[in-house]
Amino acid sequence: MSLATLLLLADGRLPSGGHAHSGGLEPQIAAGRVRDIRELDGFLRGRLATGGLVSAAFAAAACGDVGRAAELDAGLDARTPSPALRKASRAQGRALLRAGRAMWRLASLPSREPHQPVALGALASAAGLTPVEAAVAAAHGTITGSASAAVRLLGLDPYAVHALLARLAPECDRIAALAAERHGDPVDDLPAAGAPLLDIGAEHHATWEVRLFAS
Amino acid sequence: MRASATVVAEADGRGGTRLAVLRGESPLLLRRTGPRGAGGTTVHLVGGAAGPLRGDDLRLDIEVGPGAVLEMLSVAASLALPGRPGPPSRLTVTATVAAGGTLRWLPEPLIAAAGCDHIAVTRVDVADGGTLLWRDDLVCGRHDEPSGAVRADTTIRYAGATLYRHELAVGPGAPGWDGAAVLGGGRAVGTLVAAGSGLPEPGVAGPNAAVMPLAGPGVLATAVGADIREVRAALDPLCRRPAIAS
Repeated sequence: MSLATLLLLADGRLPSGGHAHSGGLEPQIAAGRVRDIRELDGFLRGRLATGGLVSAAFAAAACGDVGRAAELDAGLDARTPSPALRKASRAQGRALLRAGRAMWRLASLPSREPHQPVALGALASAAGLTPVEAAVAAAHGTITGSASAAVRLLGLDPYAVHALLARLAPECDRIAALAAERHGDPVDDLPAAGAPLLDIGAEHHATWEVRLFAS
Repeated sequence: MRASATVVAEADGRGGTRLAVLRGESPLLLRRTGPRGAGGTTVHLVGGAAGPLRGDDLRLDIEVGPGAVLEMLSVAASLALPGRPGPPSRLTVTATVAAGGTLRWLPEPLIAAAGCDHIAVTRVDVADGGTLLWRDDLVCGRHDEPSGAVRADTTIRYAGATLYRHELAVGPGAPGWDGAAVLGGGRAVGTLVAAGSGLPEPGVAGPNAAVMPLAGPGVLATAVGADIREVRAALDPLCRRPAIAS
């Protein structure tokens, strides 16, 4: 394992298009559900415990055995009822693979456009990282992307937002550990925590004519 | 309390559906209701005792054979209650639907009373050519009380592949469940999974609802509301019985 490699993989500056996505925050802001740091905290905790846990488990599983990529990808399809979110996840998976191919020697995957956690796990594996490290990168990515979107959409104090991320770091570690523990489970048994408002919001968001973020 | 109930519906050979097995025990009592006719058979779930209470382990198995049409309803909302200290209460519902069979599962909501600790496990397997409508509504707490803990764990398979896999946790022990990603202060949530034929049209079904085509052959409608009325307003129109199927 290499800590510097893990930092590279989790870095928001990785050119994988992540900055174009708010992780479902933009529609919830428009609906008036997230207006301040306290409500951002509630949003991020819910996102971490649902999509964060699922992403972390699937990234860990793909890292542990890239040969499972196809069944893991189907498992994420079954956990992502919103077509807008499936599209966003696959777009981010494709962009991540593109960056990853330039950085490491990736195993070949059955799809050019896998779900983002499967791509992340494949990159982690190629980089010599472990499933728990893949899980940490995935869980971390689910909250940091939304947090930086919050600064742009709500004009929140960036120091206050990073203070919130620091408070959430132990929860991020806990979720990643939970996810990684289960990485060898059959796909149907992997975490499937859903977030109804993220699904509903993504479908509404996809109908907007003007939006700042792709999802 | 441990209890189990079983329903087996099969085509009667004359265009109708008969119940080869209809067996229950308190608190899972089953009653055949409605007319016997070509429109299928209706069975009501009748709560025969309070609860589910902590420690209860309940199981309902449903089997719909080729050509049979079964509608499952309940006479009242079920109320998950705290009971004595003990393991969580658990209700496991399994269903299989054969090719050409139809199952409509449209029970009243589950209410998570303050202090409850309940697990609802759903496993549905529909053969290629079967039809499913599967509704689950959840209300987080009775009027003006905090929600109890409920974990719903649902797997719906169609034609041998997992179509829909979903878990939802609310109440104490579910981080961020009332935050803007999950229920956002909403106290009621409903889901409707349709698979097979006669799927609802995708789209946004109100400000806090959506009808979404799944990656596989099915549709999910989800609604979140301040109360159950808002959820019903979004989902009930999608559950109307089609004109008698020929």
